[in-house]
Amino acid sequence: MDALFSQLFAGVSLGSVLLLVALGLALTFGQMGVINMAHGEFMMAGAYTAFVVQHVVSNAGLSLLIALPLGFLAGGLLGLLLEATLLRRMHSRPLDTLLVTFGVALVLQQLARDIFGAPNVDVRAPAWLQGAVLDTTIPKTRLFILVLAVVAVSLLALALKLTPLGRRIRATVQNRDLAEASGISTTSADRITFFLGSGLAGIAGVALSLLGSIGPTLGTNYIVDAFLVVVVGGIGQLKGAVIAAFSLGVVQATFEYSTTASLAKVLLLVAIIAFLQVRPQGLVALRTRSLA
Amino acid sequence: MPHSSKSTRRSAVTIALAAALALSACGAKAGESGSAAPAESCVDTSGSAVKIGFLNSLSGTMAISEQTVRDSLDLAAAEINADGGVLGKQLQIVAEDGASEPTVFAEKADKLISSDCVAAVFGGWTSSSRKAMLPVFESKNSLLFYPVQYEGLEASKNIFYTGATTNQQIIPGMDYLKEQGKSKVFLVGSDYVFPRTANKIINAYAKANGIEIVGEEYAPLGHTDFATIVNKLKASGADAVFNTLNGDSNVAFFKEYKNVGLKAETVPVVSVSIAEEEVGGIGVENIEGQLTAWNYYQTVKSAENETFVKAFKAEYGAGRPTSDPMEAAYTSLYLWKAMVEKADSFDVAAVQTAADGVTFDAPEGTVTVNGENHHIAKTAYIGKIDQDGLIYPVWESEGAIEPDPFLKGYDWAAGLS
Repeated sequence: MDALFSQLFAGVSLGSVLLLVALGLALTFGQMGVINMAHGEFMMAGAYTAFVVQHVVSNAGLSLLIALPLGFLAGGLLGLLLEATLLRRMHSRPLDTLLVTFGVALVLQQLARDIFGAPNVDVRAPAWLQGAVLDTTIPKTRLFILVLAVVAVSLLALALKLTPLGRRIRATVQNRDLAEASGISTTSADRITFFLGSGLAGIAGVALSLLGSIGPTLGTNYIVDAFLVVVVGGIGQLKGAVIAAFSLGVVQATFEYSTTASLAKVLLLVAIIAFLQVRPQGLVALRTRSLA
Repeated sequence: MPHSSKSTRRSAVTIALAAALALSACGAKAGESGSAAPAESCVDTSGSAVKIGFLNSLSGTMAISEQTVRDSLDLAAAEINADGGVLGKQLQIVAEDGASEPTVFAEKADKLISSDCVAAVFGGWTSSSRKAMLPVFESKNSLLFYPVQYEGLEASKNIFYTGATTNQQIIPGMDYLKEQGKSKVFLVGSDYVFPRTANKIINAYAKANGIEIVGEEYAPLGHTDFATIVNKLKASGADAVFNTLNGDSNVAFFKEYKNVGLKAETVPVVSVSIAEEEVGGIGVENIEGQLTAWNYYQTVKSAENETFVKAFKAEYGAGRPTSDPMEAAYTSLYLWKAMVEKADSFDVAAVQTAADGVTFDAPEGTVTVNGENHHIAKTAYIGKIDQDGLIYPVWESEGAIEPDPFLKGYDWAAGLS
């Protein structure tokens, strides 16, 4: 019973990590259709932000709380820079974007290696996040990440639904031409969407620093999983990403418990391929009147 | 939008497949050249300098570890050059990056031997990188000095193994656990050749020594989510863990281990791939009190070690610790020098003949080359990781242990190799 519960939590926790990692991608890939291979490196930037902040602010708890908004800014600004300099020249050329962002990812990795050195670095978890919750086997760090993921996804959903900015973003996604004809600046909507998505990657990076170590290749470990979540979830809908992240998390943890870590990954990929045969559009598909 | 992104997805898959094919094609090329007829050596020893190659991963997942080996190789080369070189010739270093990819290691080894014409190559870390390079060194008849502990069951005449083989590290580690009265051991490792072979040996050892193996788990290299494996570990009732995880995975594992409330006092983890250099990246607070099995620590007390540590810190900064693979790499360059001087020649065959019995007063203690299996006799130390990030020996073997890569001297190991 105890093992079952721990295992269920392990799955949900893995799901929350996946959600946090994929949330930004659900915006940039899902809403804008940009294949951003450098998304993982924006996470890395967030993680290194946590490391730098901890050097300046020695109190681990305070530094984590400061690192979250700063990580958002670091990822977001990098994203903004990428959008403004390269990506806006490549709308409707998704394959070129794939290659360009992959190149940018390699440049950012090497940059991190040059600045922070090849060996990985460590961020201390604050005292109130160490150990397990009460008498259970639930690690506090994982609970924190779960809460963070839920808060991030709720705020994002509310912002998209209720604010004028959110309406502009949704309008641009659903029908770019009509949105433009109605006086919406799609350029600035794109830019803000990309800023938000990349910023969320930065937050994910800060959260990941609690689970593992921080290195130049931190992002590459997660980028494939992030794309899987968005593809399975369905393009253009946050709801899909949320369901997909938690299902993939629980399914992978279950596979891993009953087989091995390597085999679990294989089984999960096979399951996803089978699923996409049946539902190529993903779990939740966006209905659109756009002709594109 | 949905349309374009769907076709994009398909094209992305095509590109990934093409890239994978291209990569595997490179691998095949390296393999082919490996099976070619032995080439005439092109090593040039006529001038006042002789070329040697350093081949370590400076990028990719192994860079965290291999950069440290490169640093100590550079230190040894600088010391030797300042001291007059080898046979009066200055060492000229040709440095290459193995990029954490076995196929890259094979290609670069080929390049170092065939186009740079180096007299010997120093480097490699993972067993997959060594296994990829082995056919290259055998077919081109050159020399590789490999500085890392590994899973044994190998003895190429073209490779000198200056790290420990299993009977100098894994078996002492298990001996120590047995001495401490541990009877239920859980095995966790990265999913590649070293951990799998090491665990095969541990299983045989356990069977012969009345120890129960209560679980055996492997994680893919670069795996970062250890919640499930640690859950299994906790449920297994183990009283000790033998850890062969490599690289970044250790961090995620130890953070998880600590978070579910496991403690070094009750369920100690013996690690064979964590050295002083990695402790900082894992975070001392996550790993304090845990055990390691190695043949050298920065804290080993000897005059040679004092000199080595001092020289290293003067070169790379006081904050940089020295570790077992670094010491083995440093030692490997001096051993090669001693072999060349004994042979009075840089010729591969002459060096191979001269190798037997060559000794060096290394920082870890005196090491001796075994001419038959090309390994070296070393002392084993079990160490405990302390608050200051250093590892202090708590147990040491009685003198240097003769290398036995095929475990011929152990009855229970019959049938393993």
